[in-house]
Amino acid sequence: MKPAPFDYHAPRSIEEAAGLLASLDNAKVLAGGQSLVPMMNFRYVIIDHIVDLAKVEGLAGISVTGAILRIGAMTRQRDLEFSPEVAQHCPLLREALSHVGHRQTRNRGTIGGSLAHADPAAEQPTVCAAHDAVIEIASARGTRRVPFAEFAVAFLTTAVEPDEIVTAIEIPLWPAGHGYSFHEFARRRGDFAIVGAAALLDLAPDQTVRRASLTLCGIATGPLRMTEAEQVLTGKRFDRGVAQAAAAAVKAITPVSDIHASAGYRRHLAEVLAFRALRDAAARCSARI
Amino acid sequence: MGAKQFGARVARMEDPALLSGRGRFVDDIKFPGMLHACFVRSPHAHARIGGIDASAARALPGVHAVLTADDLPAPMDLNRMPMLVPNPAIAASLTQHCLARDEVCYVGQAVAVVLADSRYIAEDAIALVEVEYDVLPAVSDYRSADKPDAPRAHLTLDDNVASKFRMAYGDADAAFASAPHVFTEHIWQHRGGGMALEARAVVANPDATGGLLTVWSATQTPHICRRMLADLLDRDLESIRVIAPDVGGGFGPKAIFYAEEAVIPATALKLRRPVKWTEDRREHFMCATQERDQLWTVSIAVDDGGKILGVRGTLLHDTGAFVPWGIIMPYIAAATMPGPYVIPNYALDIKVVLTNKVATTPVRGAGRPQAVFAMERLMDRVARELKLDAAEVRFRNFIQPQQMPYAVGLTFRDGKPLVYDSGDYPKAQNEALRMIDYAAFKQRKAVAREQGRFIGIGIGNYVEGTGLGPYEGVTVRVLPNGKVAVATGATNQGQGTRTTLGQIVADRVGCRFEEIVMTVGDTAAIPQGVGAFASRQAVNAGSSAMIASEVVRTQVIKLAAQTLGVPESDIDVEDGIAVARSGNRPSLTFRELARLAQGMPGFSLPPGQTPGLEHTAYFTPPQASYCSGTHLVEVEVDPMTGAVKILNYAVAHDSGTIINPMIVDGQIQGGVAHGIGNALLEWMRYDENAQPLTTTFADYLIPMATDVPTCKIVHVESPSPLNPLGVKGAGEGGTIPAAAAIVAAAEDALSEFGVHFAETPLVPERIIDALRAVDAYARLSEIA
Amino acid sequence: MATRSISLLVNGRRYEREVEARLTLADLLRHELALTGTHVGCEHGVCGACTVLIDGRTARSCLTFAVQVDGCEVTTVEGLAPAEGELNVLQQAFQDHHGLQCGFCTPGMLMTLTELLRDNPDPTESEVRDVLTGNLCRCTGYAGIVAAALEAARRLRVQQGS
Repeated sequence: MKPAPFDYHAPRSIEEAAGLLASLDNAKVLAGGQSLVPMMNFRYVIIDHIVDLAKVEGLAGISVTGAILRIGAMTRQRDLEFSPEVAQHCPLLREALSHVGHRQTRNRGTIGGSLAHADPAAEQPTVCAAHDAVIEIASARGTRRVPFAEFAVAFLTTAVEPDEIVTAIEIPLWPAGHGYSFHEFARRRGDFAIVGAAALLDLAPDQTVRRASLTLCGIATGPLRMTEAEQVLTGKRFDRGVAQAAAAAVKAITPVSDIHASAGYRRHLAEVLAFRALRDAAARCSARI
Repeated sequence: MGAKQFGARVARMEDPALLSGRGRFVDDIKFPGMLHACFVRSPHAHARIGGIDASAARALPGVHAVLTADDLPAPMDLNRMPMLVPNPAIAASLTQHCLARDEVCYVGQAVAVVLADSRYIAEDAIALVEVEYDVLPAVSDYRSADKPDAPRAHLTLDDNVASKFRMAYGDADAAFASAPHVFTEHIWQHRGGGMALEARAVVANPDATGGLLTVWSATQTPHICRRMLADLLDRDLESIRVIAPDVGGGFGPKAIFYAEEAVIPATALKLRRPVKWTEDRREHFMCATQERDQLWTVSIAVDDGGKILGVRGTLLHDTGAFVPWGIIMPYIAAATMPGPYVIPNYALDIKVVLTNKVATTPVRGAGRPQAVFAMERLMDRVARELKLDAAEVRFRNFIQPQQMPYAVGLTFRDGKPLVYDSGDYPKAQNEALRMIDYAAFKQRKAVAREQGRFIGIGIGNYVEGTGLGPYEGVTVRVLPNGKVAVATGATNQGQGTRTTLGQIVADRVGCRFEEIVMTVGDTAAIPQGVGAFASRQAVNAGSSAMIASEVVRTQVIKLAAQTLGVPESDIDVEDGIAVARSGNRPSLTFRELARLAQGMPGFSLPPGQTPGLEHTAYFTPPQASYCSGTHLVEVEVDPMTGAVKILNYAVAHDSGTIINPMIVDGQIQGGVAHGIGNALLEWMRYDENAQPLTTTFADYLIPMATDVPTCKIVHVESPSPLNPLGVKGAGEGGTIPAAAAIVAAAEDALSEFGVHFAETPLVPERIIDALRAVDAYARLSEIA
Repeated sequence: MATRSISLLVNGRRYEREVEARLTLADLLRHELALTGTHVGCEHGVCGACTVLIDGRTARSCLTFAVQVDGCEVTTVEGLAPAEGELNVLQQAFQDHHGLQCGFCTPGMLMTLTELLRDNPDPTESEVRDVLTGNLCRCTGYAGIVAAALEAARRLRVQQGS
């Protein structure tokens, strides 16, 4: 299980990296390498040129401006996990990260790498979907900003073109005191989720749902926003019955079936985890059910 | 005298090197000019091989050779590999060619081998070898392999049945005909593997003259490897040395002699260079032997009090594409099923079928976990149907200690009547029940249920034939520097073989444990050897170590007495010094004695003295010794997701006399972990074309630190009367009853729904399916 | 063949090598630098046997190319002991608590726990088990490893407290 030969490039700037991707054939960006390198070792992926972003200036970092959390694509998952900004402003991401691989892989793995790899069960894209994140993508042709809803296009495929680089993720923040919860079911700690559910809730003091976001992963080729369930919730006084009705609404999905789980089992888990995520998100707004 | 080593928690002599990165595993070995091998493997489960075109691969810079079957030396070019344990009941005695000739019968079967300057280049080259395959229908599902319309696993076969045999005593049919209660279980146990963290590896180095071929292999059985190699290469045994250096876990699959172990030495001889092959994990998933599937349909006949009248049924066993170890696994399974219970009548009909998958051979437990699962599922069924307590049903059926030795009525795989040598099964179960506070469980369960939690308890009892022959040898020799050299054919894949043998030798010879120089797993160190399988080394090598040590001690005493001019009865030996108890306590060190024992050039030895202070003993056990035990497990099931969490695990274990409790506890704990994998996680899956689907550690799930609790362990020591140490095996007992106990506990946790499980691994989805089938979610929606 | 010059510190010693771009850090350590204590168990980043510290953080050396650690500081199992023939506190706790059997996963376990005990000197059992999910062991059933980690933490706290 040794990778096929490739040439290695370590650009220092975005412009240099973009230039390499524009000029080289069969080139691929290397971020943390925790998903790409296994595929190279198995020779599922054979690449002629690796463009390593590790030495590119300005690609890592976490900042909050107004109601936007901006995360550089090369920010390591481990740094997100322990970031006070993330904990304070985007606690859903922090909770989701506790399910991402293992400490040894989070030390290397990056949020941009996870988004570009786009595993259907991955947690970080799920948080992006939940928060309506905007993905910043650069190339020699310029920079564009893609809403997450348009980012994941097919199995392990995103809107990122071969000459493009994910440079940053902008996460619109929810108001302070919002409820959040990330539940997933995996066979073992750190395994890819069979199904995961991310919930965000903004409740009025009388527990009326002002805004709700419910996202599932592991169901389709990418994270799925459960808009019907969100509609069930919005405007209602949050209680157990509403949460159950919203969770029941996710049963309309048509999940994938594979060796890890049948479609029917995934559908069952989706309802269970959606309910648990909503319940716990509400509890964090002091709405106990 | 120094502290007694035997029975003490002695720190392992293996550890310092392994902890500081100074271990020496096969892949750590490097020689100048060494080539690296990679195998071209079949991508099809069944195919006829047409032409092989390796010209592009041979032209790649850095590639030295691409060899196919015809390029191998005689007789291994044409001969099939030897079968290790033949049996007259085997109809299709098929083993594979070292490199496939005209047919491949499982995905991953080796077709050709590339030798290159690096493994990287060798992998580049295998992609360039073009093999023409005429794809044939493959047998994937063993349950239909014996049907008339099933495809054939081999072109040469008329059907896929490798063997059919019956294991029986008494008159089961008569017992069933008159029994008041008969219950039947259909039990399905899926494929799993050994999955040592170190995959297989071979280095072969021919010396410059071609006179001696040295082979390092990550094997449990170097002496067997050497004999096989001598046959396949048609060389003198003395011209081959096989070394198993540090080996990174065995668990059974490394007891097999593999095609790659033959091919790599052959390529080294042919190219006259050292060659290394290190199996990668993907190869290991495809080509290292596995264990199971098994399908059991078994019935139990009991009286109104739950006392067993008879057990009968059928066992269908998937042996994969070949039978390298014969049929010992289903044989052991059938012989293990009666376990610790009095079963007056027993009949099991076994059918072994071929499929187009890698062969199945023993993996930790070797058929026993499946048999215990089947038997214990029956016992739980009896308890449920007759509304008896699960522990009570077992107490009513135990063989009692005063019945020992107990003849079961079957013949074990060692060819001897299956006679339990010793054991106290009621005591072991009582100990386990006490450790887990079984009496209070009902209350714990009620309290948990109040909180919306579902907890359950399960029991697994087993008896395991261990310490199988034929023998293992140990040489003990006092070296001229006063240290004591110990050499054995026993091997070490983590069991602490050096330490336990060292403990025996230190006590019995009378030397310091630290002064022992141990050689294991090297055919140059001792002429005859067998190796590690069947939890056999403590019995065989341990007894030999004791016998050899006592002879050497006698030699030491004799020589010291002679030299000091005192009676032999006057000599004490301790810490490597022979001391006279009389006079001013004159003494001789081992160093002085070893030099005296060498003799003087030109002078005859005194009458009765043998050269050196040295003895080799080969202990052969009269039959298997039977280890036993009880596992009690408490689990929590999340009925909404199907997750099973183990809360509490207690083991009462009887492996006879204990040499090193720390090591035995470690064997049990590690065995339980493997059993948890069997019970809940590990499932080697194939598609309908027999393509393996779970070939990564992300798809084939072995237990992690969060899946395995620290077990409570007590030792119930019933010494074996069959060997001088009273020991029995300890390597597999931890695994054997685990799945039975865990699945029973999961079922008990959901007892209010009346769901029933008879499959391993018990995956979460199966639990949800079962709950759905009884419409449990109507009630469960309240606690989601 | 695409090669690159790299320079790195391993266990405090400077190495300079010309390496093929595709050479993994695990293979560099094992086969070019003769540091065979780091083991390779899966080459797809799950088993953790190849875990080393890169600039103080654990990483899979099978998922890292040697060219990526140009200019970095790498610590392997060979760098743990205070001196030849000695064991450090964690290594000694492994021997005392039977935290290893075959020893193949052990180097990775030690590196993971070295990082944990540095960052969290007083971990709970569940924190130890959680971090160990990144390292598979097939022999021990983890009990001895967990006990060794907790005992090493205790001994280190006593040492630092005194």
